[in-house]
Amino acid sequence: MSALLAADVNVAQNVGFYIIAAVMVFGAFRVVTGSNVVHAALWLVVVLGGVAAQYVLAAAEFVAISQVMVYIGAVMVLFLFGIMLTRATIGAEADLNNTNWKIGIPVAVLLGATMIWVIVDEYRGSVLEAPDAPMPTEAISDVFLREGLVPFLALSFVLLAAAIGAIVLARKD
Amino acid sequence: MFAVNFLVLAAVLFALGVFGVIARRNAVMVLMSIELILNSVNLNLIAFAMMNGSPEGHVFALYVIAVAAAEVGVGLAMVLMIYRNRRSIALDELSAMKG
Repeated sequence: MSALLAADVNVAQNVGFYIIAAVMVFGAFRVVTGSNVVHAALWLVVVLGGVAAQYVLAAAEFVAISQVMVYIGAVMVLFLFGIMLTRATIGAEADLNNTNWKIGIPVAVLLGATMIWVIVDEYRGSVLEAPDAPMPTEAISDVFLREGLVPFLALSFVLLAAAIGAIVLARKD
Repeated sequence: MFAVNFLVLAAVLFALGVFGVIARRNAVMVLMSIELILNSVNLNLIAFAMMNGSPEGHVFALYVIAVAAAEVGVGLAMVLMIYRNRRSIALDELSAMKG
């Protein structure tokens, strides 16, 4: 805790981060362990909203707004429609997990522990100074329309192809 | 704000998402776990952008958001097609291509 009191650390920002992070981790845990598909989708909304809040804390307002619009606005509606159209039972389901789902526990623990160990080893003590202002949207759009123009156009084709592909796949005949 | 904060949170979300992909049997739940993984990557990108003070990380995060939206659209269309043909979206029953 003494590190939190250093002069160059914004305590309020850190406390906000920890509160949101706790809610997000709990929500993500419920997403992957819950027995009700609709509840899992709603917990996923909590996680995605928490991610948007972390973006605001990290001075990334434009990405936060995009996150809210695309994920919470569009992707979650798609998920709820997908659940509604594919699910027979309402309420908890018994067989949401594979028979050998326990293999996932050591894999996830090993993966997470390795990553956390490496991250803490590399970045221990390094402090991000809080930016004075949020990242200006002009800067983001400049990158999009200069260095990132070709991937940006390619991305529009990806979205077009995905839309056409989704229509073709989901058609009745 | 410590650099470790964002990166460790993203690592935890990533591990939980990987657990979901391995453990879940319902195809829609697997897609949700993939969303968790993609969001953890985005958190990392934003944290690195904050470290460098450059907008490139934000641009990459926006690319990832767009690709994730396309992925969910196509993925759910495939799940609907499988459900229509087999009346089930349990992934362990989809063994038609098993060698």
